[in-house]
Amino acid sequence: MSEPIISVKKLYHRYGDFTAVDGISFEVCEGEIFSFLGPNGAGKSTAINVLITLLPVQEGSATVAGYNVAEDPQNVRESIGIVFQDVTLDRDMTCREILEFHGNLYRMPKVERKKRIDELLSLVQLENKQDTRTKHLSGGMKRRLEIARGLMTRPRVLFLDEPTIGLDPQTRMRMWDYIKAVNREGTTIFLTTHYMDEADHLSDRISIIDKGQIIATGAPYELKNTLGEDLIYLETSDMQGTRTILSGMEMVKEVSQKSRGLVAMLDGDGTKILPVIIETLSAKGIRVFVVNLKKPSMDDVFVHYTGRELRDEGAEKTSTAVVRAGRR
Amino acid sequence: MHLGFLTIFRRDIIRFYRFKTLLISSLVQPALWMAFFGIAMSSNFNRFTSEIPPIPGVPSVDYLTYMAAGVIAMTTLFTSLFGGMSLLFDKNWGLMREIFASPLPRNHIIFGIGLSGMTKSFIQSIIIMVFGILIGAQFFFSYSAAKTVLAILGILLFVAVFSLGFLFLSAAIAISLESPEGMQGIMTLLTMPIFFASNALYPVDAFPPALQALSLVNPLTYLVTGIRYFAIGGDFQAIGIHYIYTPVQIGFALLFLIAFAIAMFTLAWWRFRKAVVT
Repeated sequence: MSEPIISVKKLYHRYGDFTAVDGISFEVCEGEIFSFLGPNGAGKSTAINVLITLLPVQEGSATVAGYNVAEDPQNVRESIGIVFQDVTLDRDMTCREILEFHGNLYRMPKVERKKRIDELLSLVQLENKQDTRTKHLSGGMKRRLEIARGLMTRPRVLFLDEPTIGLDPQTRMRMWDYIKAVNREGTTIFLTTHYMDEADHLSDRISIIDKGQIIATGAPYELKNTLGEDLIYLETSDMQGTRTILSGMEMVKEVSQKSRGLVAMLDGDGTKILPVIIETLSAKGIRVFVVNLKKPSMDDVFVHYTGRELRDEGAEKTSTAVVRAGRR
Repeated sequence: MHLGFLTIFRRDIIRFYRFKTLLISSLVQPALWMAFFGIAMSSNFNRFTSEIPPIPGVPSVDYLTYMAAGVIAMTTLFTSLFGGMSLLFDKNWGLMREIFASPLPRNHIIFGIGLSGMTKSFIQSIIIMVFGILIGAQFFFSYSAAKTVLAILGILLFVAVFSLGFLFLSAAIAISLESPEGMQGIMTLLTMPIFFASNALYPVDAFPPALQALSLVNPLTYLVTGIRYFAIGGDFQAIGIHYIYTPVQIGFALLFLIAFAIAMFTLAWWRFRKAVVT
């Protein structure tokens, strides 16, 4: 692993009595995509705002691109690009003007600025919108323009605070492709998200953050592996027989009864074990009606570590449940 | 030299030019003041003052000429006090985060807003002068061409220093507040005493002592004095009052405005260093 490009030690941030960031320490390596995954209000944005010098360092220390955030904010600002959580585009300026303004803020020479703007507009496919005011852009276009803006200065670290919030699935995936392409060019990406699929899909490493603390850190597969096991759900012609057979198999750790079928927790890769189980069962004359293989998802990882689902998603589910109950 | 403030200036001017309603209203409004208030008041004042015997040997100017200087000053005051408003919107809409997280030194935001507000005041002042002369204000009366140019430059110098002072104040208020309505309230509160406790529309000589004292620490009084000196002259009578402005007085007025601008910049810079934008 290369040198850490972001290094945070025992960082605290309080708003009055409320502790938003509660003593986090972590490192991000140069060239990786690193995610903060956590529910709304977990302290992700506060942490990112400290790293990008918008909030003062209250306690602890942080360095970005080799510069101390508290002592040398100017150099930190020169080294980073930012895509903010909500849209921060002047509605009455055109796409090109937005990028011009940004390049000027960073004192880019004119020739380089123009070249970069042309390049980026084509990267995010907004060339034919360059003279359109941003208020006439769709949500996805705005986000793409903001990502282009974050890349104007070829930052060493690009901070993305909830980059795909409120975007439709197609646009999200396009956005992920852009982010990966940017990362391949050598920019380290620091991302916050409360979408677990996003963290899973994009990140080299993830820190799960909740209530201002980092609960777990690791590559997505490592986090999932700590839960380890794939699950198989089965409905067969002979449930009792199936249960006996499964319990006797070495790669099955545990079998539990559900209302109509069985769930087996596996010790190994379910995609390979499942055919073996089906063969074994049919050899004994048991017919399999229903099969479902479930790999642990980031959702499961999250629930495992925090003991509950994400707050906002939980709220959504409750409301759906209430609506359903009301219909009955 | 870091020219970052030009970035802020350019954006503010783009926005000024792009909002046609704002652009046109801010250009037409001062002309309307001259056309309606100016003509209505001057016909009345001229009627009252026709009774007063003129001081012999002193050139006399009519009320329209007298108050045109006040209208330039008033327009500059209003435009400058509201000039920082865009910072409040930038802050509330999150646009300020881009600027605050960039390497641009933060005092350049103050300079940039100052420069663009000053430019707007220049445009308005010139409109009022041209329009005022068209409807009969005797600005630059019997001046030579060279003297007229110098006089205009003198007026613009006073307008520049004065507007910077109030733009810095406006920026300081905008960066400290959350709500545009609150800012509007403070502006209204400020404009009233500044405008009326000054010599913009009438002489301060007949004010009660307290109000007269207030008018002497009022930057608007010094701006009006400067404009009248350059537009009308150092020795004239209007509304029965004999005005004599010596170069020393004018120099003092300019110094007063410079001191005010420096004080307001210090205030704004302090507020900007304190400001947290997330």
